[in-house]
Amino acid sequence: MTKRFGPVTAADHIDLELGRGEVLALLGENGAGKTTLMNMLFGQYTADSGSVHVWDAEGREHVLPPGQPQAAIEARIGMVHQHFTLAENLSVIDNILLGTEPLLRPGRNRRAAREKLEALMAESGLVAPLDARIRELSVGERQRVEILKALYRDVRILVLDEPTAVLTPQEADGLFAAIRGMVGRGLSVIFISHKLREVLAFSDRIAVLRHGRKTGEMVTSEADADAIIRMMIGEAHDAPERTAGTPGETVLRLDTVTIRPGRDSRGLKEVQLDLRRGEIVGIAGVSGNGQSALAGVLSGLLVPDSGAIEVGGERLTALTPRLALSHGVGRIPEDRHHDGIVAAMSVAENLVIERLGSADVQRRGFLRRGAMAENAEALSAAYDVRGPGIHSRAALLSGGNIQKLILARVLETDPAVILANQPTRGLDFRASAEVSRRLIAARDRGAGVILISEDLDEILSLADRILVMHSGALVETESRDRASIGQLMAGHAA
Amino acid sequence: MMDLLQIFLSESFWAASLRIATPLIFGVLGALMCERAGVLNLGIEGIFVAGAMMGWLVTYLTGSLWLGVIAAALAGAFFGLFHAILTVPLGLSQHVSGLGITMFATALMSFTYRTAFPQVSTPPRIEPFRALDIPVLSDLPFLGPVLFQQTALTWLALLMVALVWWLMDRSALGVAIKAVGDNPDAVNAQGLSVYRLRIGAVVAGSALMALGGAFLTMSAFDAFFFGMVNGRGWICIALVIFASWQPGKALLGALLFGMFDALQVRLQTMAGAIVPGQVFLMVPYVLSIIALILAARKADYPRALLQPWFKGQR
Repeated sequence: MTKRFGPVTAADHIDLELGRGEVLALLGENGAGKTTLMNMLFGQYTADSGSVHVWDAEGREHVLPPGQPQAAIEARIGMVHQHFTLAENLSVIDNILLGTEPLLRPGRNRRAAREKLEALMAESGLVAPLDARIRELSVGERQRVEILKALYRDVRILVLDEPTAVLTPQEADGLFAAIRGMVGRGLSVIFISHKLREVLAFSDRIAVLRHGRKTGEMVTSEADADAIIRMMIGEAHDAPERTAGTPGETVLRLDTVTIRPGRDSRGLKEVQLDLRRGEIVGIAGVSGNGQSALAGVLSGLLVPDSGAIEVGGERLTALTPRLALSHGVGRIPEDRHHDGIVAAMSVAENLVIERLGSADVQRRGFLRRGAMAENAEALSAAYDVRGPGIHSRAALLSGGNIQKLILARVLETDPAVILANQPTRGLDFRASAEVSRRLIAARDRGAGVILISEDLDEILSLADRILVMHSGALVETESRDRASIGQLMAGHAA
Repeated sequence: MMDLLQIFLSESFWAASLRIATPLIFGVLGALMCERAGVLNLGIEGIFVAGAMMGWLVTYLTGSLWLGVIAAALAGAFFGLFHAILTVPLGLSQHVSGLGITMFATALMSFTYRTAFPQVSTPPRIEPFRALDIPVLSDLPFLGPVLFQQTALTWLALLMVALVWWLMDRSALGVAIKAVGDNPDAVNAQGLSVYRLRIGAVVAGSALMALGGAFLTMSAFDAFFFGMVNGRGWICIALVIFASWQPGKALLGALLFGMFDALQVRLQTMAGAIVPGQVFLMVPYVLSIIALILAARKADYPRALLQPWFKGQR
């Protein structure tokens, strides 16, 4: 199956087969095409080419019409999304039955439904309190409700999208045991993950995706962890020549910074980090392991539960955005459209938005439009920000040009610390090369750069030191070897 | 103090409370249905006017009160449909659309009235709903006058409380409506139409609101005049929060407001010489605000309220 979005091929001629009673693991990094593939299976996306074939219980072959979710539901394919689709104000049983009862029939007989659910719960070992409201349930319980919802609809094929992302290890073990039991009774499962250990322990067969292509497929019992990691993160290819930095004194120190895990975040576990002048520290890791919490602390958006931040010669318990700016922390946010610019304001305004108080932007409370325009012209030329002009809305710029605008804003103030969070994500080759060049130039001028990236190639080509983030903990690694970094990313000890 | 006690012991006080609460009961139930589906309907004030005007006009023209009631509901449904189309598939701001509907409906009704009766200085009257006279029950002491000498529309309002409660808590349709106001993705994932559910709830809710307006011209008074709705719609928007979007509590909230209002009138006659009348006029609103502050702290808003949902986007 193939799916293109504009110039990007999200799925490129992927073939996949699933047998009855089989657990197929779909393994790959973010953006590898796992979710795109599943969305085509479900008819959420219409494939550019390729088709979905389903064999029913009698062995007859059906081709699913493309782009019709109803067809997937009728073929008894069920999916448990990573982000649950539950109505929190309703009870468990209401959520499970939603859509299975005729809406306009006045009477409602739930005894049969309840009996069927109780039988299902006993059989599968997935137990949920039927009359409790969803909002009272833990994440693990909610996931059980999602799976029960699919089972209640008698699915034959169940797709689990990163089912353990939000679970504790105990809950995950329970889930796998339950699913194993159901597979023994003929259910087929596709299981999306990027946790190698889980995949090895739990699946029958593994398919690996990378950059929209299937890079490998093997029977789990014969699988070799190193080979899988190579398939996931790519063969080593000619890395661009990296010039070493010349580290100076420490400009930023995180001292046992801890954030308790919350509902949506992994939190941070006693993170220790020293950043010196003239070095790029690369933070590798699969996303969702605490990177956004780390970025939040550094940009002043999150208050740590404990620990301290030393920056600009001061020891603080927390930064605020204002403190971050005044202590020389330049921030390149992960979501550049949402957090990096004010889309409705002009390019010129966005370029000075972090220093509205300074004398070249305002005088006695009046903006100096002329000076702002000169500043914008100069920076646009220097950083090659292309668009309809400095007075047009920043929303009209392309992603790459927005990133250049942010770079210009951050780098012109010559910050001592630069936080670059996924700075090249979604950019084309030229724009991302430009971002890399700018970061190296800033380092050579004496800035300390923290580069958070999911792209191991980027880390390897830019970072002077590499740290790996997993489950909120940060581990330094001397190794520049993909396989061993990959092991750390997957949560194995070095 | 004795006087106050006397007020609370009098049949007429309780009968008045229920009478004053009736339009609010319709209004709160209607707003509740819209908001449960995730759509705030600030058109309510204008829909009250539309119900008051159309109910009265059709009764005046046909002589049939029940035709008037149906006409009022249809007028409400019409403006509700308008609001729903703007806010549900088109996803426009619910605040702006709702206020627009209120202004539009109010102005259109004034226009219709002036066009229909260009010459009159005193509004033409209709024969309004009369108090029910149920044998035996109406003659009961206390309960008779309070409950069984109300008009048919009051009883319709109480019936609607039960109906909406049953719909929301005991029917599959109600489950789907509540789900669509909490997590439309969940509804879509089950192959149900988010748009249809939301539009349907807004149309039905708006029809209910219009009945509240109809009560004013067809039961409380016998004619239509400008300004008669007088903010009752806005009170309903506040009472929904007080009621935590539950029909039973909606009834309670409306009755409470009715009581405050009935009390206010009686206090005015009691102490009007000492304290200016405006202070008493304020009483129901001030007490409502206090009740709202107490209740709204733990208000449990439908999570998708005010949020447009578009097919094919996550």
